[in-house]
Amino acid sequence: MSTDNTYYVPHSAKWPIVGSIGMTLLLGGFAGQLNGSSMADNIMLVGLLVTIYMLFGWFGDVIEESESGAYNKAEDASFRIGMVWFIFSEVMFFAAFFGALYYIRVFSVPWLGGADSGAATHEFLWNSYEAIWPTNGPEAIGGEYQKMSAWGLPSINTLILLTSGVTVTVAHWGLVANKRKQLIWALAATVALGFIFVVLQAVEYGHGYHDLNLTMGSGVYGSTFYMLTGFHGFHVTVGAIMLAVVLVRSIKGHFTAEHHFAFEAAAWYWHFVDVVWLGLFIFVYWL
Amino acid sequence: MATATATHEEHHDHGPAKGLMRWVTTTNHKDIGTLYLLFALLMFMIGGAMAMVIRLELFQPGLQFVDPGFFNQMTTVHALVMIFGGVMPAFVGLANWMLPIMIGGPDMALPRMNNWSFWILPFAFAMLLSTFFMDGGAPAGGWTIYPPLVLQGGNGFPFMIFAIHMMGISSVMGAINVIVTILNMRAPGMTLMKMPLFVWTWFITAYLLIAVMPVLAGAVTMLLTDRFFDTSFFNAAGGGDPVLFQHIFWFFGHPEVYILILPAFGIVSAIIPTFARKPLFGYSSMVYATSSIAFLSFIVWAHHMFTVGLPLEGELFFMYATMLIAVPTGVKVFNWISTMWKGSMTFETPMLFSIGFVIMFTIGGFSGLMLAIAPADFQYHDTYFVVAHFHYVLVTGAVYSIMAAAYYWLPKWTGNMYNETMGKWHFWLSTISVNVLFFPQHFLGLAGMPRRIPDYSVQFAEFNMWSSLGGFAFGLSQVFFCYIVYKTIQGGEKATDQVWEGADGLEWELSSPPPYHSFTTPPKIK
Repeated sequence: MSTDNTYYVPHSAKWPIVGSIGMTLLLGGFAGQLNGSSMADNIMLVGLLVTIYMLFGWFGDVIEESESGAYNKAEDASFRIGMVWFIFSEVMFFAAFFGALYYIRVFSVPWLGGADSGAATHEFLWNSYEAIWPTNGPEAIGGEYQKMSAWGLPSINTLILLTSGVTVTVAHWGLVANKRKQLIWALAATVALGFIFVVLQAVEYGHGYHDLNLTMGSGVYGSTFYMLTGFHGFHVTVGAIMLAVVLVRSIKGHFTAEHHFAFEAAAWYWHFVDVVWLGLFIFVYWL
Repeated sequence: MATATATHEEHHDHGPAKGLMRWVTTTNHKDIGTLYLLFALLMFMIGGAMAMVIRLELFQPGLQFVDPGFFNQMTTVHALVMIFGGVMPAFVGLANWMLPIMIGGPDMALPRMNNWSFWILPFAFAMLLSTFFMDGGAPAGGWTIYPPLVLQGGNGFPFMIFAIHMMGISSVMGAINVIVTILNMRAPGMTLMKMPLFVWTWFITAYLLIAVMPVLAGAVTMLLTDRFFDTSFFNAAGGGDPVLFQHIFWFFGHPEVYILILPAFGIVSAIIPTFARKPLFGYSSMVYATSSIAFLSFIVWAHHMFTVGLPLEGELFFMYATMLIAVPTGVKVFNWISTMWKGSMTFETPMLFSIGFVIMFTIGGFSGLMLAIAPADFQYHDTYFVVAHFHYVLVTGAVYSIMAAAYYWLPKWTGNMYNETMGKWHFWLSTISVNVLFFPQHFLGLAGMPRRIPDYSVQFAEFNMWSSLGGFAFGLSQVFFCYIVYKTIQGGEKATDQVWEGADGLEWELSSPPPYHSFTTPPKIK
C-alpha cells in the first residue's frame, strides 16, 4: 500500500509473461492462417483464450488492489498521465490512415488523372482515367460499386455516438454527486448505445457487401473506407467493453466520488472514439 | 483489509526473488534494465553475425558464399535486429536503470507494464528470426519494407509484420512509462530544468516514440491488408500509390533515427563533464536544441525520397528543412567541445568513447548534410555513401554512446571496476577498425556502388576488401567487449560509491552496486 510518502511498487507480476505468450500465439497463429496453414486456427484460438485469461487476471489484480486502497494520489496521477498518452498514441495510429486517405485524395488520385507531375503517367499508362472521388482506380479493381451514403445509417450512428458522449457525462455527474442510480442508468445507456452502434455498423457493412458491391477490394475507396471504419468499429467495441466492466463495477459498489480512475479512463477513451468518428463521418462518408 | 496489510509488509521487506522466475516476473527497474541490456547485447551479436555474412560476401567481387536472396535477407534482418533489437532496447535498458535513480524516484511509475514492455521483445524477435526457416525465407526487401517488393516475399511476411507490431507495442508501453516516470516520480525539488540531460533527452525521445510507432503500425497493417485482404493502398491500378507507403514509413522513420540518437546525446552530456571536471556547458541550450531536433524530425521525412519523383516544391521544402537540423545539432557539438575546453581532462574508456562519439558522429552529420542537398542526392541515393553515412551516425554514434554508457555505469551497476587496460584496447581496436570498415564506403558510394547488392564491378574491389577487413576486426573487437563485460560482472577491483572523481548526480550518492530498492523515500535535492 502506498502512503503520501511511498509509492506502490507491486513486487512481482506474472501476467505480462502470460500476455506475451498469448499475444505470440494469437498473432503467430493469425500469420500462419494467412499463409494457409491448417493448424493455425487452433493456435490462434488458444492465443485468444490465453490473452483473455491474462486480461481478466491482470485487470482483476489491479481492481483488487485499487479496492483495497493500495493506490494513493501519486499512483492515480501515474495512471492518468499514462492513459492520456496512450490515447495520444491511438490518435497517431488513426493519423496514419487519415493521412493515407488525404494523400490519396489530394495527391495520388489527381496525379493518376494527369494533374501536375502525373501528366506522363496519365498519358502513357491510363489515359482514359478520370480522377473523381470515390474511385476504385484506373483498372476499376473490384468492379462496379456504389458509394456508401452519409445520410442513412452513418448519420444515425453519428447521433448514437454523440448521445452516448452525453450519457457518459451524465453518469460521471451522478458519480461525483454520489447519485449511484444516475451513474448506473446513464452508464448502462452508454454501453447499450455503444453496442447498438457496433451492430448498426455491421448492418451497414452487410449492406455494402451485398447491395452496393462495396468491399475491401473495391480499389482505394473500399480500402480506406473499410480500414478506417473497421479500426474505428474495433475501438468502439473495446471502449464499450471497458464501459461495460466499469458498469459492472459500479453495480458492485466500486468507485467513490473522489476515487474512480477506471471510470474516467474509459470515458476519455469513449470521447476519443467519438471524435475519431466525427472525422470519419466528415471525410469518409460526407465529403 | 488483509490484502492491504500483506502488500504493505512485502513492499518494505522484500529483496529479489530467487531463481529464474525472478527475472520473468520482476517489477524492479534495475532487474528490467539488466534484462534489456543483456537482450540488446545478444541482439547486437546476432545482428553483428549477419553483418559478418554481408562483409564476407562483399570481400571480393562475384558470388562466393551465399546466394543473392539470402544476402538480401541478411541486409534486411540485420537492420531490423540492430535497430529494434539492439540500439532501442539498449537505450530503454539504460533508461530503466538510470532514470528512476537520476530523478530520485523509487522505481518506474508503472512497474508491471515495464515488465511487459521487456518480455514482449524476446517473443517478437523469436518470431522475426523464425522467418529464416520458412518457405521463401526471411523478409528480403530491405528494412524499409517498401511495397510492391516486400509484398512478393514468402511465408515469412506476415510473421515479420506481426513481429513489428509487437516491437511497436513494447516501445509505446516503454515510452509511456518513461513519460509518466519523469512527470510523476521526481523527488521534491527536482525541477524539470534540474534534471540530468540523459533524463531530458529520454523524455523527448519517449514523445517521439509514442508519436511515430503507431504510425509504423498503421503502415505495416496496410501492407498486410494489401497482400492478404485485397486492399489497394499501395497499388496504383486501384487508385493507391506505392509512394504513399514511403511517405508514411518515413514519417515514422525519420523521427525513429532521432529516437536512436537523442538518448546518446544525453549519455555523452553526462560523461564529458565528469572527465573534463567541469559542468556541462550550455545546459538549457542543450534542452532547447534537443527539443528543436525532435520537432524538426517530423517535417523532414521526404529527404529519404528525393528520387521518387516528388514535386519540386517538396524537394525544396524537405531540403531546406533538413539543413535546419544542422543548427541545433551544431549547438550540441559546440557545447560538448566547450565543456572540454580548459577542463582538466582524463581519458578513461567512457571518455574515449564519448570523444570518439563527438568526432565520428559529426562526420556522419556532415555526410548527412551532403545527402540533404536534393540535387546531389540524385547521385548519392541508394549508394554505399548512404550506408557509410548512417553507419557513422548509428555505429560510431548511437552504439559508441551505449559502449560509453556501459563503461561509465558498469562499476555502479555491478560494484566492480572493469579492467581499464582492456577497455582502452577495446576502444582503440574498435575505433581503428570501424573507420577502416565504413570510411571507404563513402568513396564506394560516390563512385556509384549501389547498396543491397551481393556482387559488384571489379573497380570497387579494393575498397570493399578493406571495408570487409575492418568489419571482421570490428566484429572481433565486440566479442572482446562481451568478455570485458563478463569479467566485470564476475568480479574485479571494488568500485567506490563515487566511482569517478568528477562524477556528479544522484546515482553516485548510492552505494555501488545500489540497493535493490533505491530512494523509497525521496532524497534531498540541492
